Amino acid sequence: MATAKWPAQDQRKLIGKRIDRLDGPAKATGAAKYSFDINRPGMLWAKLITSPHARAEAVSVDFTEAKSLPGVRATWENPNSIGKDQAGNGKIQYIGQIVAAIAADTEEIAKEAASRVKVQYAPMPHQANDRDPQLFQGQPGGRNVGNVEEALAKADVKIEGEYGIPVITHCCLESHGQVAELRNGQLNLWPSTQAVSSYADVSMTDASGGLQRSNIHVDCQHMGGGFGSKFNPGTWGVASTALSKQAGRPVKLMLERDEELMIGGNRPSAYAKIKVGAAKDGTITAIDAEVWGTAGPGGGIPQQIPYVIDKIPNIRLSVKRIATNRGPAAAWRAPNHPQQCFLTMSAFADTAAALKMDELEFFVKNAQLTARPDVYTEELKIAADLIGYRQKAHLRGDPRPGSVKRGLGMSMHTWGGRGHRSECDVTINPDGSVEAKTGSQDLGVGTRTVITIVVAETLGLPMESVKVEIGRNSYPASGGSGGSTTVGGVSTASRLASTDALNALIEVVAPKLGVQADALEASDGYIRQIDKPNNRIAWKNACALLGVNSITKRGLNDPGPAEQQGFISQGVGGVQMADVAVDIETGVVTINEMVGVQDCGLIIDLKTAESQVHGSMIMGVAYALYEEAVYDFKTGRMLNADMEFYRLAGLKDVGKLKVHMMTSKSYEDRGVIGLGEPPVISPGAAIANAVANACGVRVPHLPLTPDRVIAALQKGGIV
Amino acid sequence: MSEKLEPSQVSGVSRRGFLKGLSVGSVATGLLSDAAPSEAAERGRIQGPGEIPVTLRINGKNEKLSVEPRVTLLDALRNRLDLTGAKKVCDRGTCGSCTVIVDGHPVYSCSMLAVEAEGRAITTIEGLGTPAKMSAVQKAFVKHDAQQCGFCTPGFVVASTAFLRLNPNPTLEDARAGLGGNLCRCGTYAHMAEAVVEAAKSTKGGA
Repeated sequence: MATAKWPAQDQRKLIGKRIDRLDGPAKATGAAKYSFDINRPGMLWAKLITSPHARAEAVSVDFTEAKSLPGVRATWENPNSIGKDQAGNGKIQYIGQIVAAIAADTEEIAKEAASRVKVQYAPMPHQANDRDPQLFQGQPGGRNVGNVEEALAKADVKIEGEYGIPVITHCCLESHGQVAELRNGQLNLWPSTQAVSSYADVSMTDASGGLQRSNIHVDCQHMGGGFGSKFNPGTWGVASTALSKQAGRPVKLMLERDEELMIGGNRPSAYAKIKVGAAKDGTITAIDAEVWGTAGPGGGIPQQIPYVIDKIPNIRLSVKRIATNRGPAAAWRAPNHPQQCFLTMSAFADTAAALKMDELEFFVKNAQLTARPDVYTEELKIAADLIGYRQKAHLRGDPRPGSVKRGLGMSMHTWGGRGHRSECDVTINPDGSVEAKTGSQDLGVGTRTVITIVVAETLGLPMESVKVEIGRNSYPASGGSGGSTTVGGVSTASRLASTDALNALIEVVAPKLGVQADALEASDGYIRQIDKPNNRIAWKNACALLGVNSITKRGLNDPGPAEQQGFISQGVGGVQMADVAVDIETGVVTINEMVGVQDCGLIIDLKTAESQVHGSMIMGVAYALYEEAVYDFKTGRMLNADMEFYRLAGLKDVGKLKVHMMTSKSYEDRGVIGLGEPPVISPGAAIANAVANACGVRVPHLPLTPDRVIAALQKGGIV
Repeated sequence: MSEKLEPSQVSGVSRRGFLKGLSVGSVATGLLSDAAPSEAAERGRIQGPGEIPVTLRINGKNEKLSVEPRVTLLDALRNRLDLTGAKKVCDRGTCGSCTVIVDGHPVYSCSMLAVEAEGRAITTIEGLGTPAKMSAVQKAFVKHDAQQCGFCTPGFVVASTAFLRLNPNPTLEDARAGLGGNLCRCGTYAHMAEAVVEAAKSTKGGA
């Protein structure tokens, strides 16, 4: 009999190896069909009509001129945008808010028709400024531990700084949207989503005129990036479903690029004034922080300051969420952590600089104030070795002559990553074929590959023998891919299901081999006797013994028990270091090298796991150096809602990257832990600290653009 | 635009060629637009605004379709011919996700009109390989895991293929510069240059 417990390292044939992602060939050849690529017979195109005002009442919508265009088939008005709310105010809260939608035979006609829809607005005063804490009214959140005033007064060294990280957007390359096809009482949806099983929510029932979930079919085989912003159908989903219902034809509605950047989701800003007190030996004794920022009209902003190094005896924190008439925030990969990390680690690196203390020594010392001192200390040492810290390090300010200064910086981060509730069915057929089905999704992280590895490993088969199907809500439910919860969820569920299925097969095979089921295992394409491997039966022949009946078993990852049983765990630590060059004449920052050291429990596919870390570091380079949703406070408009001026990192921008995964037994024994979020947290802080170390002054606000670097150099000072 | 683009001028960076086009005319003029005028332009009369017949030579096959003159090559490929490998992302010549090869040069298909592409040899990602029979570049992208969500990947693969045809023996640095006209959001750059250089070595030209 097989046990479900994860196999030991020397027993594994697939788990933990470097394995190519299974959908790689489909993606590299353009054969993979994303939601944006779904073309249905008779399909209409829909375009949105959005508000040009940051705050207003949309008084009326007139489709007359738009409908006069040949080929216009359906129109939709958004009740959540038109008219007044209960308090008597207009419902428009930000530029880009969806007011109406229109569907036509071709994309060109739909676009032109949308431009001919006349909406009458009554503009109202708006507020788009997130930089001034005075704009906050009300009672700040926060906490108070110990006595900050007294501790700061007694500290051997004190620093005071202001830091900031702006709103950035998700900028998914596949914009938000879906194809909706409502006919004969069945609603078929092809959405770009990171939550297939829960996508058909009440908004789809309402928009379809009351269809039950059993008649709403969701299919998402490939999706072009979500990063936390693609869980629910959204207003665009409601619009396309309603338009399909009205027209009786399929409707494709994908956001335009400017809409994607303005309303497709963003990461809240976080600005802070921070005071830190420390003892001569480097131990941090007090932190006093005022944090403010915006998540748009609603939502929360980062507030766990200090971050990771948080066992500080004296903490005072005041958090002010500034409501703005700007596009709403959405979960952005490791929600709140990158901001908290940047604010905290920047202030702490400045403390080390004020102490004239080596930064590595300072962080190793203060790793004692974290939840996992041993892990962070070990990771700091590994990262230092990988980047050549000893050879390259200097105190703040590169002392060498010349206009290009070089510096090192570092940061630490943490994340949960416990696998979500997830079900998986594994079927063994009499012809020997194996299927696994789960309503999960692959955001590009390798979900298909991970499930295939686990099932093949469990059944002792090559990966080609296992067919994995995901991405449909008719399959056993699996949680949304948020918070690094997918790999733990699907790997445990598929492990449990395939173990149960195998044991059912072994029961059938045991009499044939003349032994008890307990004596058998699956390995190398055989069911065989554990202590007498030559007493065996080939997989196909074993399955033939099933007669006409397949075996199907369902596995459930129930997070609590699964964690207790060691299948999954949570809470990882990571350290990153950056080596940068700063041209102090031009202000241009170049990444020479970055190192990421990451703990994530038992790794299923080392190749795609490393890619997650590489990708996170590259996203980090982008938000450290380039990304900012620039808003004009006067109009409330995002000024760079395109990809020319909302800059992502290119191939030449990322420098040399080194990734080290913590894979020793003590880490693996914890079970599987998610990896999507943690490595994206530290890059902003590590790069900003490296820039400060290079050029001798703190550049206080991300992104570290040339103008900001030059301004900081002109201002001077340590902080 | 009176000159023909030399290989060294395009060297995989279709944005540069695109900007060149911009400097002498409008966006609609596009890359290479005077190298071989379209049939429509040759006929010297105003086309549209309704649909007009266009024949496009795509992956060695003639495709007859009827499009309005304002339809981009990208939209014609995706919406009319169901060739959805080229992706629509920025829709204004920045990200490279829509890259196709036109007369041997990488082109942002969002920035060329379908009517302008008439009479030219167009190669899309679908013309480079299939999952069962991948090109050297495609194999190298899979092997080096130079893709995650994969939405930018066809654009990168096409751009890499065109780059290698013009630069058969690139260094890693050449590859990084040559693919500067494409963007990825997941951050799949870590081993992309290695993939391109390896593909070059395995085939002496990549595709």
